[in-house]
Amino acid sequence: MGYPHPIHPKETPVLSTHFGDAEARSYAGWTARGGYAALKQALGMTPEQIVDEVKASGLRGRGGAGFPTGMKWSFMPKDDGKPHYLCCNADESEPGTFKDREILRWTPHALIEGCAIGCLAIRAETAYIFIRGEYTEAYRILQAAVDEAYAHGALGADVFGSGKRLDVIVHRGAGAYICGEETALMNAIEGKRGNPRIKPPFPAVAGLFGLPTTINNVETLAAVPAIITRGGAWYAGLSLSSPKSTGTKLISVCGHVQRPGVYEITMGLPMQELIFDLCGGMRPGRTLKAVIPGGSSVPIMTPDEVADCPTDYEGIAAKGSLLGSGGMIVMDDSTDMVYQIMRLARFYAHESCAQCTNCREGTSWTVKVLDRILRGEGKPSDLDLLMDLADQMTGKTICVLSDSCATPVVSGIRKFRHEFEAYLSGARTPALAGA
Amino acid sequence: MSGHHDAAPYAPVFVGETKARLEALATKYPTRQALLLPALWMVQEAHGWVSPEAVHEVATELGLTPAYVKGVLSFYTMYHQHPVGKYFIQVCTTSPCNICGAEDVMRALLEHTGCGELGATSPDGRFTVAEAECLGACGFATPLLINDDFIESVTPESVPALLARYA
Amino acid sequence: MSTDLVTLTIDGIGVTVPKGTPMIEAAKMAGVLVPHYCYHPSLPSPAVCRMCLVEVEKMPKLVPSCVTPVADGQVIHVHSPAAKKAREGVLEFLLINHPLDCPICDQAGECELQDFVFQEGRAGTRYADYPKRYNPVEDFGPDILYVANRCILCTRCVRFMDHVAEEPILAVSERGDRAFISIDPDQLLTHEWSGNVVDLCPVGSLVSKDFLHKARAWDLDKTASVCTGCTQGCNVMLDTRDDVVVRIRPRANLEVNRHFICDTGRADYRWMNRGDRVEVPMGRDGALAWDDALATFAAEVEHAASIVVLTGGRASVEALGWLRELVGPAATAAMQVPMGDERPLAGVRNLALRRERAANLHGAELLGMAGDWDAAVAAAHGADLVIVVDVDLSDAEAARVASAGTVVHLATVADPRLGAALVLPVTNVAEEQGVFVNRDGRAQRYLPARAPRGEAWPAWRVAAEAWRRGADDREAPATASEAFSRLAAFGGLTHRDLGFTGRVVAGAEVRA
Repeated sequence: MGYPHPIHPKETPVLSTHFGDAEARSYAGWTARGGYAALKQALGMTPEQIVDEVKASGLRGRGGAGFPTGMKWSFMPKDDGKPHYLCCNADESEPGTFKDREILRWTPHALIEGCAIGCLAIRAETAYIFIRGEYTEAYRILQAAVDEAYAHGALGADVFGSGKRLDVIVHRGAGAYICGEETALMNAIEGKRGNPRIKPPFPAVAGLFGLPTTINNVETLAAVPAIITRGGAWYAGLSLSSPKSTGTKLISVCGHVQRPGVYEITMGLPMQELIFDLCGGMRPGRTLKAVIPGGSSVPIMTPDEVADCPTDYEGIAAKGSLLGSGGMIVMDDSTDMVYQIMRLARFYAHESCAQCTNCREGTSWTVKVLDRILRGEGKPSDLDLLMDLADQMTGKTICVLSDSCATPVVSGIRKFRHEFEAYLSGARTPALAGA
Repeated sequence: MSGHHDAAPYAPVFVGETKARLEALATKYPTRQALLLPALWMVQEAHGWVSPEAVHEVATELGLTPAYVKGVLSFYTMYHQHPVGKYFIQVCTTSPCNICGAEDVMRALLEHTGCGELGATSPDGRFTVAEAECLGACGFATPLLINDDFIESVTPESVPALLARYA
Repeated sequence: MSTDLVTLTIDGIGVTVPKGTPMIEAAKMAGVLVPHYCYHPSLPSPAVCRMCLVEVEKMPKLVPSCVTPVADGQVIHVHSPAAKKAREGVLEFLLINHPLDCPICDQAGECELQDFVFQEGRAGTRYADYPKRYNPVEDFGPDILYVANRCILCTRCVRFMDHVAEEPILAVSERGDRAFISIDPDQLLTHEWSGNVVDLCPVGSLVSKDFLHKARAWDLDKTASVCTGCTQGCNVMLDTRDDVVVRIRPRANLEVNRHFICDTGRADYRWMNRGDRVEVPMGRDGALAWDDALATFAAEVEHAASIVVLTGGRASVEALGWLRELVGPAATAAMQVPMGDERPLAGVRNLALRRERAANLHGAELLGMAGDWDAAVAAAHGADLVIVVDVDLSDAEAARVASAGTVVHLATVADPRLGAALVLPVTNVAEEQGVFVNRDGRAQRYLPARAPRGEAWPAWRVAAEAWRRGADDREAPATASEAFSRLAAFGGLTHRDLGFTGRVVAGAEVRA
């Protein structure tokens, strides 16, 4: 069973081996557990060798988009004479997602080491780790680990006597979900509003401070040290399923399961096993109603869809949803889907940066319509209206925040239409009567 | 740290040790503008909120305009643009926690702090309770932030004992 | 075909444009307007309003035409069902919190929200049951109010202050549908060029206090003109209502002022409407017929051994040229050039409110009419004839002039201090057409926006008709255009040649 529970036999601990082990947080504790061997090894490799090893591992971005990491690194210019930057996205904010937090607070040196190796791969000397402001405890632990890494020569002007300079700077956010979008994150580091930027230019051309930048998720970078020491082939071979989904993945499971937590699985583990074996299934007397498998912005899955779905990029995509960040929200039959979809829409309306018209106005209008339905004041045309608003919010904005708001609305209406209709017809008592 | 706003003249934040911290940080970024989020954190540490006077001080320190600083400040919800209670409580009520009873925790907080409603400060000045959008600890429903303390797995029943720790 | 050009099709119209042109500009060249709000050709584009999304064949999603460069062979649809539905959606979103207070909004009639909703919006709203967002009206500066409720957050104003004025004192505050434009109360819009945010605002959110509730846009007549405030020569539009100039706005000229004018120029129109005008030619004994007045004027010129001409900075090249014809090469002539501080617009090369506050200083230089002012005033004392052309003199200067043998005053407003033997009514810039030459040697036309007062003539005509009376074989020009094209200094150029954005004329290097 995953953290905060003992490791379950069906888990494959790589990243999570030391979750819950406070001694692994210190430099001494980390090196005693084999830490920093990968960085020392990487210091003797060329950037191309590091990139090739990561390419061989099949590692894909763990933040949600699933883009092959080695390929992303290879997009960085060579011999351009400009400073390069690595950004680490520790702005974990997608509802249902809390996996990176465990890396940050239990194995911060794994991340620091991954950042250092990533810098070597993209010819950068500086990595900025952008951590969301709410992660106060994780921030303290990470900053202490960075300080220790400097003190032991794992970072600084002459990393482990190699003559190479590597800096890791922890930059604290201050409450804005959208900063998890890579260009918004760069703006936040630069001291700006966290507005997503228009692409192109892509970060590899003009990213942080207008310079070539690669941005990777915490889990992605933390996986790199093991790939360096144990080899890309080893990592690729961990997969149970598709050759396109390799290695292990941290899945954070929350909601109505007996044992919520962060589980490290090899790609392809049946979702049914994850929910019912690892997480202990539903609470007594309850049955599964819905799963949002990849953070709140992906389509909702029904129990039928969950039943034969492998947990990997392709398997979930085949069911019409996405693995996303691996933040899995499990809902049992006590859940008021209309209310929770409203609550998710409210989240996105709250977090809209205000740039694009469709998002700024569409997200809050969507909340108002859902709110009216929940108050028992909905109109028969409201579901069509919601679907039309969702269409106007999909594929029409700079980033995908408004798409993310539309997704649960659309999949919710498609798959749980009867619950909406019960409110509209008066068959169901208003959840927000008088509110 | 004090959350109280009093009529005393504005005490500049960027003097002495705090100014030294800011300048040490300046060596880690290629622009001074990049110090804006850290500088606003330092202001909030010192004063408990970011007052209009502080906006001007930060603007001057970093070579920005006050309007620009205000624009950035108001983008990030963890910065307080108004004075808040000594203990600022953020309770997650987004869906994953919501389905696990987060709104009950929120109601218990409003009741036991005496705040009564979201955003209000309790009559004794100790607490302000606000809803937070996803604190990123969904498997530990319901999580709270009390100032910088991250607290997991709060239930309505555990609220009174928890609050007692914050005098 | 050059590799620097690409050919594409927009709404069925083929067009060849330079590589890198944004689709929205390429569409303009094809005669297709892509509706837009945040895009402005003189500002960096944030692509946030999402109004300019167009359909491009073989592209999976609609693309923002303001930031997407064209590619060779592209087929773009601005008016396809998908693009129109997207715009209809954006318009509906923009209207849900817009107050629809058009009847009391200054922008009505020239409002891009009104226009595009009329063209392509839904007949009704589906957002009927909710209160609209409300924020109070705010004072943003000496001449600017922010009506937040009307704001569509296109951020043109923010970007103008940030990237063009380079004084970022406007910002977007808050997030989501709570966002608004904010300003610090201690740093209001007092920048010399800040009035441009009112013009840039596509809706009635930023409004001018000076123009507030003064006129409805559809009651205004618009006339192309040139600002008279300094030697920059910004192109402007004079807006008149019932023959009264009520507003000056910039007119685009990418070579001179792009889309901007300074606040000094913007505010400088009240003199155009003065009511205390000289309306008929006057001799010492009262009103004269033009014919008699001109005969007297010609005789004074004929008999004067020494002549001084003093003009204001708004004298046209036509007036200056024909005055020179009239008085001959030996006469002293100078133009009054009030001086002020230079106030540049940082983000635009070679654009400033110039120190020299005389619109046609360079025209006067070209025509030999820009002698030393103080020397010319000094020479007035003891001169046989001083011709004063529409200029405000100090008391000391007026006394000098009054001591001359004879004073002829080509006047918009009488000046009793001069003791003029003849006062000849002339039109002001708003009432005549003519040409100014700016500091870069660009000759630019201005057109009449209102009727002349009384019997006033343009100064060039007064000079030319007096000149004609000096010899039997002379024929005066019949029109301003003829008056211009007969001036040797402009090498045969005509008004028509100058077009509406002017032309750099020979002699431009003089200033450099």
